[in-house]
Amino acid sequence: MSDAPADLRAAFLARGAEMEAAYPQMFRADWRTRAGTIGLIGGALLVYVLGLYDLEFSPSVIFHGMWRLADIVGLMLPPSPGTWDRFLLYLDALGQTLSIALLGTLAAALLSVPFGFLAARNVVANGILHVLIRRSLDTIRSIDTLIWALIWINVVGLGPFAGALAIASSDFAAYAKLMSEAIEAADRRPVEGVAASGGGRLTAIRFGIVPQVLPILASQVLYYFESNTRSATIIGVVGAGGIGLHLSEAIRVLEWQETSFLILMVLVTVAIIDALSGRLRGAIIGRR
Amino acid sequence: MPRTITIPPDAQLEPLLRGYRSAVAAKQRRLLLGIAILTFCVIVAGAGAEVDADKFFSGIGNFGDYFDRLLLLDSGERVWTDPAEWFWGIHRWTRLLGETLLIAYVGNLTGTLGAFIGCFLCSRNLVRSAPLRMVVRRILEFCRTVPDIVFALIFVASFGLGAIAGVLAIAVHTTGALGKLFSEVVESIDMKPVEGIASTGGSWFAQVRFGVLPQVLSNFASYALLRFEINVRGATVLGVVGAGGIGQDLITAIRQFHTSDVSAILLLIIGCVMVIDAVSERLRHRLISQERRT
Repeated sequence: MSDAPADLRAAFLARGAEMEAAYPQMFRADWRTRAGTIGLIGGALLVYVLGLYDLEFSPSVIFHGMWRLADIVGLMLPPSPGTWDRFLLYLDALGQTLSIALLGTLAAALLSVPFGFLAARNVVANGILHVLIRRSLDTIRSIDTLIWALIWINVVGLGPFAGALAIASSDFAAYAKLMSEAIEAADRRPVEGVAASGGGRLTAIRFGIVPQVLPILASQVLYYFESNTRSATIIGVVGAGGIGLHLSEAIRVLEWQETSFLILMVLVTVAIIDALSGRLRGAIIGRR
Repeated sequence: MPRTITIPPDAQLEPLLRGYRSAVAAKQRRLLLGIAILTFCVIVAGAGAEVDADKFFSGIGNFGDYFDRLLLLDSGERVWTDPAEWFWGIHRWTRLLGETLLIAYVGNLTGTLGAFIGCFLCSRNLVRSAPLRMVVRRILEFCRTVPDIVFALIFVASFGLGAIAGVLAIAVHTTGALGKLFSEVVESIDMKPVEGIASTGGSWFAQVRFGVLPQVLSNFASYALLRFEINVRGATVLGVVGAGGIGQDLITAIRQFHTSDVSAILLLIIGCVMVIDAVSERLRHRLISQERRT
């Protein structure tokens, strides 16, 4: 049995020329596709190499950096918060981060409901309005959460509140887009059923569209809550509250053991939230 | 639409209504419980995030003001009256924007290569050794969970200020994010071609090259493009921590209240991101339709 593949291979190789004559199209290289592929890969690599050159990559920089990085990783072990008080402070900041993520996600979800309906083609039939709303949502979406945080800090001052607002503003456009797509993909028949039995337009939306869209939105909200826990850790870097402030501060003053402890805290929290929300998501989608 | 529905008498409706109520009662109880828990969480979170309605409503006026000021030049004129003054730094900004795109591109490609290598090593259908899969999986998970800004902060400390730290941060984060998606694609392939190559004596590499790659490549490319869109957005803020790109100028402008610069840079970023999104979306649709054809 174990010899069979080897035999097959040997037999094939022995009759190679014959095979090639019998099935020419199997052996002929398709030069046009191949040139296209090679050209594409070559072009991508060329830009890559030029990019490395332009960004001033050099072996010595990489080597020294790696050396220093290994040094830092060595200094990070073992992770430790320093003092007990510090640990409590970090826990408080972590709670703040979670609060920011929760509030930001929920506010974004609530805000996105009206916009989601407005951006759906089967709710608002006006073409110009549709394009206008979609484009403004795209504009909001293309600004990073961190930039939103910087802008909100100018408005409500430093602190976690600015962070929650930043997450809400950058996410709500993403939800509204998802939601409008879910609404457009919704089945028309329940709506027609409600209309046929004498329901008004609002009743049709409530009993015809909402039950179809809600599970999708709820599972997306949970998914975004996970990803926002991660985003919320970084907006502290610019002063918008949460654990990111301590993290960037620890790195700035080169307290590497604290840095690794903080990263560890974030990793554990994110893992717990992933597990919880995975379960909740399953329950929400499965129940209906 | 003429309504010709006759509503049945109350006596006839009563049992129907009762049936409906008892059918939805359990669901409603669960919903109410969920809402109660959520409300509790929101109140706790509101305290935690120092939500202050007063500050918000007095601040919301500032928000309008702020956007108003974004469109004012230093001279007090509206920005569109003097585009040359508004975009005075266009040469520097386009160069920085180019650098941002390059950081995203180089980081994305490096990360894609890392994910490409990693994903085969942690796929259940290609690697028998459970410990190897486990180790690769954990590494990818770590790369994915730590935000790219945190990597950027650490890399700035070790590689110095500049684009190199940004590229590496994006590369590491992309490796983690794409590695997971790639391995999911690899685990859902049709194993028959792989078995065919194994049965004719092909090595593991031959199995991957001729059995797996043709099935997954278009999917990989489409995921990598999607990630590129995300990374362009991410690269615009790397400068905030000193890791190169246009973020540095943006944060300086915001911090020093050069409001017309802020709006000019934001407009450049938004335009750039939209163009990249549109191009990459088109490419992705082509990839998907190509896959359907074959």
